[in-house]
Amino acid sequence: MPRGRTLPLSDRAPAVGTGILLLTAWEFGPPAFGISPLLIPRLSVVVGSLLDQLQRGLIFGNLLVTLVEALGGFTAGSIGGVVAAALISRSPLLERAVLPYLVALQSLPKVALAPLLVVWLGFGMGSKVAIAAIIAFFPVLINAIIGFAAVEREKLELMRSLVATEWQTFRFLRFPNALPFIFGGLNVAIVFSVTGALVGEFVGAREGLGTLLLQFNFNMDIGGMFAVLIVLGVLGAALHGVVRALHKRLIFWARPDDLELRAP
Amino acid sequence: MSAASLIDVRHVTKAFRTRSGDEVVALSDISLAVQPQEFVTVVGPSGCGKSTLLRILAGLVLPSKGQVRIGDIPVAGPRRDVGMVFQDAVLLPWRTVLENVLLPADVIGLERRTALARARELLALVRLTEFMDKYPVELSGGMRQRVAIARALMHEPAILLLDEPFGALDAMTRERMNLELLRIWQVSRKTVVLVTHSIEEAVFLADRVIVMSPRPGTIREFMDVPLGRPRTSQTRAEPELVRLVARLRAYFDSLAIEEA
Repeated sequence: MPRGRTLPLSDRAPAVGTGILLLTAWEFGPPAFGISPLLIPRLSVVVGSLLDQLQRGLIFGNLLVTLVEALGGFTAGSIGGVVAAALISRSPLLERAVLPYLVALQSLPKVALAPLLVVWLGFGMGSKVAIAAIIAFFPVLINAIIGFAAVEREKLELMRSLVATEWQTFRFLRFPNALPFIFGGLNVAIVFSVTGALVGEFVGAREGLGTLLLQFNFNMDIGGMFAVLIVLGVLGAALHGVVRALHKRLIFWARPDDLELRAP
Repeated sequence: MSAASLIDVRHVTKAFRTRSGDEVVALSDISLAVQPQEFVTVVGPSGCGKSTLLRILAGLVLPSKGQVRIGDIPVAGPRRDVGMVFQDAVLLPWRTVLENVLLPADVIGLERRTALARARELLALVRLTEFMDKYPVELSGGMRQRVAIARALMHEPAILLLDEPFGALDAMTRERMNLELLRIWQVSRKTVVLVTHSIEEAVFLADRVIVMSPRPGTIREFMDVPLGRPRTSQTRAEPELVRLVARLRAYFDSLAIEEA
């Protein structure tokens, strides 16, 4: 039943073309324009550095740390967001009491909390999970609140006509109805959670891709930094891809692109 | 009103308060009775409160004044001996056809095996057995409405309430669905109240047509339809039906002229 939307080759050709063009420019551009390899090392140098790091075992362990931090934060923040939204949308009193503060907090740049959380929770993974969770929480919360509210009147009347309990109405109607919206939030949250973990590592950590990036930075190893950036890019794209694939599979009745809200 | 009536509406008035604080009387002093296994249609122009009347029968809306009794028990809220069919089929898009029909069983907590057997029976009744495992998006409008009818019958209610169930369908599908509904009614022997704004549909389906006038909604007349059953597509050409339809049309036309 899910509508497969694999693009035909001819539709992908332009994107592939752009990619090849950019990589070629990266390899031959800097020397041609006289840019110092210290600022922008050539593609081949970066790839060499990446292979070297892989060989020395620098990437895998640090990648795993950042991945666990991001996924832990994503999971905690998402569950928290859905639960909070469910409670808020079921209780008008709670909504009036709590929502204004959540909206106010939403406009605070959450990464600013990173130094504080490192002080509170230490240099280990806990503080990074906490930062990632806080950042992931808000887009899921806001989208889930919208989703729980977006139930057609007639569907609610149908449940009422069956004398459904509040919990049954939630389970059979409100929750599945909100899922496309929730996934809109999860799409944003997964990317945010990697950012959160990384910022946490910048503030203070012993392991992780963020730490590795800072080490290369201190040593002015620009090739190494680019190599870590590539790994981070792959990590972000892979996590986002997994969420989108889940979205497509689970929410087959609404198309992913319809409902994606951009969170700030 | 005879003692044997299943639905008994006495002096029901419904007033709503609008956002600006004005009071709008949707229904004014409505009294009617429906006999067991009777097929009653309610017809009237938009804004005559006919959908509100149906929701009051279902217990979804409570009257401002007056009382509704079903089987001699006052209606104080939604009740499970009533099955509802809405204008849009209101199927849950994440559930298959079979799962949609099973929704009332899930809510009421019927035993699974009994519920499954009954759902299959109902899908056979509405001729959708082959589409059991499809999702609503894969069905035509008429099929979706048949699923909605099967779902409304799932918990074996005594009364079936339909709110303009075929209003969103094209004319040909609509005529076919009229016949389907009569067939299902003849098999299941429910008491049916159907709201429509189609004069022809109201007369074609009913034992008795309740004719409503708008603002505030009041009952203009109870029109008996002395046509035999079962009715077929030929029934639509019968002089008696044509005469009744023409009479109602003349009445509603005169209303429209007053409004203009």
